[in-house]
Amino acid sequence: MYARRQTRPAWYRHGATAFALAADNNSRGVADGGETMSEAEDRAHTLRLELVDEPGELLRALSPIADNGGNLLSIFHERGSLTPRGYIPVEVDLECSPDRFEHIVDALRDAGVTIIQADSERYGEALSVLLVGDLVDTDLSDTLAELEDCGSATVADFSLTTEQGTEDVSSARVRLAIESGSTERALKQVRDVAAQKDLSVVEPLVGEL
Amino acid sequence: MRLAVIGAGDVGRSVAELAAEYGHSVTAFADSTSAVVDPDGIDVEGALAHKDDVGRVGEDDPADALGAEYDALVEATPTTLGDAHPGFEHVRAALESDRHAVLANKGPVAERYDDLRALADDSAGSIRFEATVAGAIPALSTIDGIGAERVTAARGVLNGTANFILTRMATDGLDYEHVLAEAQDLGVAEADPTFDVEGTDAALKCAILANVIHGGGYSLDDVEVDGITDVPPSALELAAEDGRTVRLIGEVTEDGARVGPRLVPENHTLAVSGTMNIVQLETEHAGRLNLSGRGAGGPETATAVLSDVDRLS
Repeated sequence: MYARRQTRPAWYRHGATAFALAADNNSRGVADGGETMSEAEDRAHTLRLELVDEPGELLRALSPIADNGGNLLSIFHERGSLTPRGYIPVEVDLECSPDRFEHIVDALRDAGVTIIQADSERYGEALSVLLVGDLVDTDLSDTLAELEDCGSATVADFSLTTEQGTEDVSSARVRLAIESGSTERALKQVRDVAAQKDLSVVEPLVGEL
Repeated sequence: MRLAVIGAGDVGRSVAELAAEYGHSVTAFADSTSAVVDPDGIDVEGALAHKDDVGRVGEDDPADALGAEYDALVEATPTTLGDAHPGFEHVRAALESDRHAVLANKGPVAERYDDLRALADDSAGSIRFEATVAGAIPALSTIDGIGAERVTAARGVLNGTANFILTRMATDGLDYEHVLAEAQDLGVAEADPTFDVEGTDAALKCAILANVIHGGGYSLDDVEVDGITDVPPSALELAAEDGRTVRLIGEVTEDGARVGPRLVPENHTLAVSGTMNIVQLETEHAGRLNLSGRGAGGPETATAVLSDVDRLS
């Protein structure tokens, strides 16, 4: 079920603020929730850097990340393309605690590496949706994982309440952090996942988030 | 102007009652089974009393109203879907005899807009239908004033019944069935609330807005429709925890038209309460305009009809 965890860990499985199960007496936990609640440490982070086109520059940029305990997940090095200012854009995905991430950003700046975007700025938009239906029996963990499958959204916050007096209906509020400009794509993913699992969606008004 | 008022429900009655105040006379008045016709102007009070007493406005054949002498026909019969019969035929009769038609009936404008336009193009008469979208709110004449081509989107709360139910559910944590029963007791919801709660009524208004903004081509089938019957109190609670609420929003953009329950911030302009309606227009040069008010009711809707009549003269 968590196959994607290796490639792109998501906030809701790790973040302290990220997993907020409604404290309603009817709330039910997620199947394998023990693991999700524990380590409030490592999160995925994305850095966008600009490097000078010189030998050794990439290594110089990656060293402060490794030296400060960042676990490199992927490096996207567009050597062929130059930014308007004549630099090479590099995107680095890494995993570490929020504290360490701050140290990494500081260390990179100290080393004179240009940081274009650090993490939260990349997820520049947020989007809340309500899902209604048989959320528990349709595998909630899988639903949340699938919401992230479009690649441009992560589940930032999630609350679940079961409807009193009705066996199977529950409602969830999901807050997605979305890459700038990807709102429509993320919404489409929400609709597709909901249709597949026979859930109804209450969408936000786009542009009114 | 001399008016032929077809339909004697809340709106038709109010139009007949208020016509004189606006300087018009009613020369024909019909319900589904009868009519009263007088080229010098009918006795409106008498016709309405007759209706209350015996269930008919008069003793003439309803078809006589269409053949009467009038300058503008007011189509205020109940909304029907598909071929929009018989409202569409009433309007056609007026246009084919080169007279004006003012509609409060959504059916012909939502379902057969292009047919109506074609009839109007061949006629010396013209059509107006302000009352079909959000009752008293002058949404269409505002679009007209801005220029439809400069309105980039329209959205709003277009059904007071659904809005009343959602508002009550959210503020008092009551379930749908409970609030619906209450709305029916208050006369806010009809005995058969399907049209309102499943989004059909709001969708018809969206089709009309889309026809006006995009120059035709829309009917109910072109509107994506989702109602409020699947929204449980728990979803409203979750929304409220986050400072939001749910409203049944109709939306017309360049991508098309849709109606569905949407999450909006609790203090948002579109989060009107109770039976209120609101229409929000996005415009090219004038930014955003919000028009809120009463979306239903006899005198309220009649006001929109009579403003249309004034614009004809």
